[in-house]
Amino acid sequence: MTDTTFHLDGNPSITAAGTEMRSYYGRPIIKEPTWTWEIPTYFFTGGLAGASAVLSSAARVTGNRELARTALYVGAAADLVSPVLLISDLGRPERFHHMLRVVKVTSPMNLGSWVLLVSGASSTAAAALQLLDKWKPVRIAASIVAALAGPPLATYTGVLVADTAVPVWHDGRHELPWIFGASAAASAGAAASMFVRPENAGPARRVAVAGVLAEGALMEAMERRLGTIGEVYDEGEAGKFSRAAKGLAVAGTALLAKRGRKSRASAVVGGALVCAGELCLRWAVFKAGFQSARDPKYVVESQRRRVERDGTKATTKPGESSAPPGRGA
Amino acid sequence: MNGPLGALMEPTGVPAGWEAYGDGKKERVGFFTDTSVCIGCKACEVACKEWNVIPEDGRVWTGESYDHTSQLDANSWRHVAFVEQRKPLFANGDSAELDVDTGGDGGTGLRWLMESDVCKHCTHAACLDVCPTGSLFRTEFGTVVVQQDICNGCGYCVPACPFGVLDKRHLAATTDPPPAFLGRKEDGRVWKCTLCYDRLKGGHEPACAKACPTKSIQFGPLEELRERADARLAKLDAEGWNGPRLYGRDPDDGVGGFGAFFLLLDEPEVYGLPPDPVVTTRDLPEMWTNMLAAAGALLAGVTALTLLGGRR
Repeated sequence: MTDTTFHLDGNPSITAAGTEMRSYYGRPIIKEPTWTWEIPTYFFTGGLAGASAVLSSAARVTGNRELARTALYVGAAADLVSPVLLISDLGRPERFHHMLRVVKVTSPMNLGSWVLLVSGASSTAAAALQLLDKWKPVRIAASIVAALAGPPLATYTGVLVADTAVPVWHDGRHELPWIFGASAAASAGAAASMFVRPENAGPARRVAVAGVLAEGALMEAMERRLGTIGEVYDEGEAGKFSRAAKGLAVAGTALLAKRGRKSRASAVVGGALVCAGELCLRWAVFKAGFQSARDPKYVVESQRRRVERDGTKATTKPGESSAPPGRGA
Repeated sequence: MNGPLGALMEPTGVPAGWEAYGDGKKERVGFFTDTSVCIGCKACEVACKEWNVIPEDGRVWTGESYDHTSQLDANSWRHVAFVEQRKPLFANGDSAELDVDTGGDGGTGLRWLMESDVCKHCTHAACLDVCPTGSLFRTEFGTVVVQQDICNGCGYCVPACPFGVLDKRHLAATTDPPPAFLGRKEDGRVWKCTLCYDRLKGGHEPACAKACPTKSIQFGPLEELRERADARLAKLDAEGWNGPRLYGRDPDDGVGGFGAFFLLLDEPEVYGLPPDPVVTTRDLPEMWTNMLAAAGALLAGVTALTLLGGRR
């Protein structure tokens, strides 16, 4: 035998003394999320719904009826798809209404369900009344509610993922709601640019371009803050989605900004590219979380750094004082 | 600050929700798992499976020492970890008087660590905080339990747990199956250690502790267990053991102390445990404030870009 601990394939056991990276047979310390494709897709549709509601109401104020109407319909459609995606992801879909049996401020998913309920009900009501051309005061009231529920709907998903033990999500908590908000604005502007005639789509194009620029800067800031664990955004599936998101959003934005004013075809293609880019961005964040949960080095390294900086409290060595028995028991 | 968010901002050593029982509140109980006397018999795993009617989830030969359970998950609520190390058992370099065949290099310097892992029943439990349905709750004994008739399988608790304890069950449901019209076969709910809530109610100790032949798993009032653990740590230190430490005993750690804590003989990560677990909801007040700012910026930004500037 070699000088290492017995291990079947002849490799030194990673638990061996002196090995710098310590783990239990390389197994993950935390569990990867159980969420499937519906969740990142919902991050996109929820953001699209939320920001579209704001765009619609703002356009209404300026008397831009075509934009107001289109953004309202886009938002309502996205609001209708969202709960279907969420319910489909549940292990027990028939119990979806259990989400609404409590109001719980410590659970972003619980509060998010309530926000989605308010946003979905108000935006679909406003869209239906618009279609039927009925009850104008009710429609206006519903639009205002949707515009106020929209921004929390677009940003809470950043808190949802950040409030987990997944290193790359929790350590990105300062930027994630902002990134999701910027991405939501970009997709809402881009979607409206696709369906509104160029002469009325100026605000939508501006929102799309500003959203993409803000999101790019915020992603850069987050990756810097994350340090070494931020490398998951360059690797594997997260890396692919991240690069696709950048490429699509930049190409779409350039097309929208340069030719969207004159050419309807450019506006449609540019808007579609930006929307695709924003969908990819949500997938990049989603996959990055899985990758950082799967590899124990991200969990151990970030916690070890914290231990060295703050002094650990989780372990008590002989002679070290710990709080006397009696507290909390 | 009062209410649930206040409890997050000023963590105490007292489990959130436990006080709400008033007169119905029972003494907080837990486990002290002393790995220095664990012999790796897995009686705890078997007793847990038998008592809680946990389904068999496949037999995989891992080749990782004697461990074929590999991790805690929906179908394993006790997991005995086996670590083979080239480290002496005693700090002075001596090993136990064991006839271990190490390939002819003297039979010394090798130790075999075993640790029976379990849900930590945290004082501040992230799984309980983030559960959107209220399915996860704090019992009158200060423990954390999933109500299976409420859980809708959203899976939020799974990545929220800093120890990777909870998981969704993908096997067929043994009780309360999903309705046939959905065409779903799997259970779809999240399962974990209940600290044998049913046995506690009946005045019995949990099945794993009952079955443990070496008292490696000790059950009792948490306060008493902490005193016992302190004494045990001092004794092992006096006897010159290599690397003894308590893990999760201190109410000042990132989760407010574990309801089920451990005596380990090496760093936590060697056993697959996080070195500095933190309840992520600790940062939630800050995260909500930050989110509201982002939402405000989204509202203001989109409105400004629409109002300022022309239609074209």
